[in-house]
Amino acid sequence: MKAFAALLDRLVYTPQRSAKLKLLGDYFQATPDPDRGYALAALTDGLATRLPVRRTILELMEKRCDTELFRMSRDYVGDTAETVALLWPAPEPERPLPPLRLGDVAEDIRGGDRAGLAGRLEDWLDRLHVTERWALLKLLTGALRVGISARLAKTAVAEAFGRNVSDVEEIWHGLAPPYAALFAWLEGRGEKPDAAGAPVFRPPMLAHPIEASDWDTIDLARMAIEWKWDGIRVQLAAGRGEARLYSRTGDDIGAGFPDVLAGARFDAVLDGELLVIRSGVVAPFNDLQQRLNRRQVGRKLLTDYPAHIRLYDALLIDGEDLRPLPFHERRKRLVAWHEAVRPPRTDISDLVEAESREALDALWAGARGAEIEGLMLKRLDSPYLAGRPKGHWYKLKRAPLTVDCVLMYAQRGSGRRSSYYSDYTFGLWTGDDRRELVPVGKAYSGYSDSELVELDRWIRSHTTERFGPVRAVEPGLVLEVLFDDIQRSGRHKSGVAMRFPRIARIRWDKPASEADALASLTALIK
Amino acid sequence: MHISEREPFESWLRPDASGLFCVPGGFHVDPHRPVPRAIVTHGHSDHARPGHDAVLATPETLEIMRIRLGAAAGGQLEATAYGVPHRIGDVTVTLVPAGHILGSAQVVIDYKGQRAVVSGDYKRRHDPTCAPFEVVRCDLFITEATFGLPVFRHEPDAREIGRLLVSLADFPERTHQLGAYGLGKCQRLIVLLRQAGYDRPIWLHGAMVSISQLYQRLGIDLGDVRPVSEATDRLAGEVVISPPSALGDRWSRRLADPVTAFASGWMRVRGRARQRGVELPLIISDHVDWPELMQTIEETEAGEIWVTHGREEAVVYRARQMGRRARALALVGREDEAE
Repeated sequence: MKAFAALLDRLVYTPQRSAKLKLLGDYFQATPDPDRGYALAALTDGLATRLPVRRTILELMEKRCDTELFRMSRDYVGDTAETVALLWPAPEPERPLPPLRLGDVAEDIRGGDRAGLAGRLEDWLDRLHVTERWALLKLLTGALRVGISARLAKTAVAEAFGRNVSDVEEIWHGLAPPYAALFAWLEGRGEKPDAAGAPVFRPPMLAHPIEASDWDTIDLARMAIEWKWDGIRVQLAAGRGEARLYSRTGDDIGAGFPDVLAGARFDAVLDGELLVIRSGVVAPFNDLQQRLNRRQVGRKLLTDYPAHIRLYDALLIDGEDLRPLPFHERRKRLVAWHEAVRPPRTDISDLVEAESREALDALWAGARGAEIEGLMLKRLDSPYLAGRPKGHWYKLKRAPLTVDCVLMYAQRGSGRRSSYYSDYTFGLWTGDDRRELVPVGKAYSGYSDSELVELDRWIRSHTTERFGPVRAVEPGLVLEVLFDDIQRSGRHKSGVAMRFPRIARIRWDKPASEADALASLTALIK
Repeated sequence: MHISEREPFESWLRPDASGLFCVPGGFHVDPHRPVPRAIVTHGHSDHARPGHDAVLATPETLEIMRIRLGAAAGGQLEATAYGVPHRIGDVTVTLVPAGHILGSAQVVIDYKGQRAVVSGDYKRRHDPTCAPFEVVRCDLFITEATFGLPVFRHEPDAREIGRLLVSLADFPERTHQLGAYGLGKCQRLIVLLRQAGYDRPIWLHGAMVSISQLYQRLGIDLGDVRPVSEATDRLAGEVVISPPSALGDRWSRRLADPVTAFASGWMRVRGRARQRGVELPLIISDHVDWPELMQTIEETEAGEIWVTHGREEAVVYRARQMGRRARALALVGREDEAE
């Protein structure tokens, strides 16, 4: 428990990805089985328990601590698990107690034995030091919140033993805590575990933005053209009676999409776009956003925001790996399979035709529906290749829109940018006399390092108010902001939400009074 | 202790617009604005303010005030050693070590058979840079409550310094920038590092230099300390001590991808540490933690407890449970965050 607690304690305070990977890697190398395996479980899929841990702990606290002092402490600390960890009184008289192993705790709670839970918790807490108590309570209450995604934990395990994370992903879902077979293979003591048929994440194939010079090598007759839908790219993997939904980066986002998973009773790994579709019409990205980043979804959300996958490609069907086949062959298999199986809440993204560059431009110019982000060009003879290989897939995004905004607030960045004001909230003029600014968006990219230094300097010398890490500045600097789309939004004071805003240029030359008005932005809403 | 027809303490000791005023002695303790006569418990700037006509304090505190305030340190500066009684007006005043920083004192006031002790800031654990706290039995104990909640239990210093040394070994390519209060905490950290066997040069932000030199003049060995301005490289793998305000700010851009550490009792609470973007929180404090605060209330045997700056509510609540009369004493001009 000691090593695990020390690891979590340091991860909580470590912003840098590379430093996190080092801390995790050191831990996995130095810690024996099964402790490290349970740690990996806690950091990835969680050590789920149905035991009433929270309630039992509060009952124990009532016996051990003055209720009023507990309340005052809880109010100050703001987190129950941490408050309990800090307040738990050391047993008296102090007696030497056997150290507690993470593996023992994990196996106990997985056993799910309700009887005597209070006594066991009490014994554990008595045997631990404050940081370990905190780690234990985080572990038991199912919310580590140490800023580590499942993907990062897997990356750390793989890299600690000289493997690539995709090797670990390939077999991940054939494995179970405490992952003894995984570590045996990583340490060269055992065979590679077999994940045949399990719904695991396969690294997807990604496209390059098209550049002018690419046109010299592109032969449209040998390309498939498809719409690039404005949702999120996902991989739907099903098999062995299980189904999982992965983001492009391999995070399991299935918990928020039971409607999609319920229909996935087949054996296939599919590539597509996750969308909200009502009566056959794709809803704006904003609607999909209501469904993202949720651990649970209520019935109302499921009804009001029905999720759907529009399929682009198939990686595996019925155990056969289609990835070596050319695109046109995979597509043929996907269409035939889809017709036979008819899986609910899916359809296949249509191909579109354009024989010449002019025809393509016309298509593109017409692609102004909110649901379409752009066009994809895919070579008909390309296999499905992990990563972003050159010369196979291209994306043509819709030309972005721009608006001249006024900088209103700046916030300190994190990690390497922590000494710089690097996150910018900007606004547009409102009112008949254009006297008031209303914030319309926030951006933290699109500028160079040297521009960041200049922005930082400008912000520090034009600050009007400070709120913790945020500074309000004089309305004196115009930012040309680039964005992909604009939609109505009830969540923002301005009534609009920008999609993917970033800084295009810093208009040092332009007086703030000449920046755009909110009306010019709302006029762009379709 | 003294069972006499007792006047309420408020009749002769009470807060006014300038701070805590002793009526029969005609002086304030740690007044926050200029007064005719002040007794100053220690040199931190929220206690030692400029511009008083006369100041009584320990010689070390007066030295610190001269460095920090120059001519504004006060009109007439009177130094007094620990344990020497002074007659001021109708009361007798004695300064006794408080264990907070070099020169820090509790103010013991005797008046008509009653004894009040104003603790100033204090701590109970060993600090190699100052005289240890002395318990004075009294009728009224006025205590600080910076860490007046039972969640505050400071770790042993050596354990926290150990965590800093582990991080230095883990990240030898990064500067370890340690944010700490420039007077007291900074010098204590240096001595703690030396005691843990760390013998490399320790680099100081410009704001720490003159006070550290004073400590050395007064006989506290800090080893090899150097101003950061004299560094010829980015100090990768070295320890730099700076004011907390310089953590993650422009000043730190000269350092090699710094690990930001912060030594303070506040670091006990994760939310506080994360709010400040601290990567390596070290729970090292110059104030009493909760168990020590309760222990001190017990040991003074005072029947009445007044609680100043900090989390008064919980301390008052607990002191009443312990059978003391207790009240919160709102004093102006104290900085809650001072550590």
